[in-house]
Amino acid sequence: MAVSRRGPSALLTRQGLIRFGLYAVGLVPAVATFVMGATNRLGADPVNSFERTLGLWALRFLILSLCVTPLRERTGVNLLRYRRALGLLAFWYALFHLSAYVGLDQGFDLPVLLADVTRRPFIILGMVAFTILVVLAATSNAWSIRRLGRRWRSVHRWVYLAALCAAIHFILSFKVIRAETLVYALIVVGLLAYRLLPAALRRPRVA
Amino acid sequence: ADTLAARPGPLSDGGLTPTPLQDVTHYNNFYEFGLEKTDPAERSGDFHPRPWTLRVEGMVAKPRTYDIDTLLARPLEERIYRMRCVEAWSMVIPWIGFSLGDLLREVEPLGSARYVAFESVLRPSEMPGQSGLLPVLDWPYVEALRLDEALHPLTILAVGLYGQTLPNQNGAPVRLVVPWKYGFKGIKSVVRIRLTDSRPRTAWNVRAPDEYGFYANVNPAVDHPRWSQATERPIGVRGGFFGAARQPTLPFNGYGAQVAGLYAGMDLRRDF
Repeated sequence: MAVSRRGPSALLTRQGLIRFGLYAVGLVPAVATFVMGATNRLGADPVNSFERTLGLWALRFLILSLCVTPLRERTGVNLLRYRRALGLLAFWYALFHLSAYVGLDQGFDLPVLLADVTRRPFIILGMVAFTILVVLAATSNAWSIRRLGRRWRSVHRWVYLAALCAAIHFILSFKVIRAETLVYALIVVGLLAYRLLPAALRRPRVA
Repeated sequence: ADTLAARPGPLSDGGLTPTPLQDVTHYNNFYEFGLEKTDPAERSGDFHPRPWTLRVEGMVAKPRTYDIDTLLARPLEERIYRMRCVEAWSMVIPWIGFSLGDLLREVEPLGSARYVAFESVLRPSEMPGQSGLLPVLDWPYVEALRLDEALHPLTILAVGLYGQTLPNQNGAPVRLVVPWKYGFKGIKSVVRIRLTDSRPRTAWNVRAPDEYGFYANVNPAVDHPRWSQATERPIGVRGGFFGAARQPTLPFNGYGAQVAGLYAGMDLRRDF
């Protein structure tokens, strides 16, 4: 397994380079949006667009990580070794998104934040998704995989709930139902529904 | 937009610093042109604010149709007002307009009239948001005020801003401005005003009654179900997002001394 070979040389393997490239490219939207915001090129309401951009990328990477399994099963293309990077990117974007909301937007106003987190379903859904991503990110290492053994897979199935909460959180973030948010929600629902298919239907290529 | 002369009105707040014109005209909620803040400026080019008439009717002794040119020929005032959106952002806009109360007195409201209903133009061919796939609102957009709110001296019909006629994206050629209420009460591109004795339907209240009340008075103590209304993000503050700190939202958007009396004895948590 690749896990056992990790060390100073891991970065030099082809996989290691691709993985490094994935992180580098994946963080481009965050850096670009940050620079634009800091230099006043994010429009009239920069904090809001910064927040929204980060949240959207968190959802996108979450969706990409959920695509790995169907892609492998339907087409034989195996990107399993890059799934961790996609999941961690989703976590980092969710963290940036939350930090922007807590710091830049609400100015660390604790009473307001507490009211938001306890009273508003829209915020609660986002926090549920984020909390799950924290647990998943914290256990996305070789030590946790060894330590948790069989339980690791069941812990990481919580990603389905995270994706669902994130998609609803996205829908509720606008005053009206937007086509864009529905498309993302439908993709999430489709990816989750795929997991419910009987095993016989799920592995035509492999069988 | 054409230049429009106006004298400073006594109810204008000259102490406020207006939001830059570019932001006032390029950060808009005008769902008839699309859902994004940038849509109204980008997608209102085909809209024709001339010719235009404004019909004032219903429970009035002298119903009348005003041509936009006669409205523009009225004595106009500049009114620099705060504008607070229900989405928790705010601007300061130098409107040009005239008292709605003056106009209503010309048509002589009947004693039975208690509410004033407003209706926006319905032109799907010129307003792409009115023919979208997903139903956003029941078009045309409708709004309403209690008669005493409509007659209040702070309530104006605006025909311009920043010394020029209203740009399409800001509600050309004539719109409502009620500075102590959330921005969505400020119905744009008005074609009809009707006085009535029963409370009219209003677009956002019909769409989500738990989120958008009929009164929609700016109230930092009553949260929107999805966010706090205690503070607001001022739009167009230079210096990137580190310069745009939130500011406290004022009861009645800072106009409490003038308008709080309209709501004496009312529970503003229930009638939000």
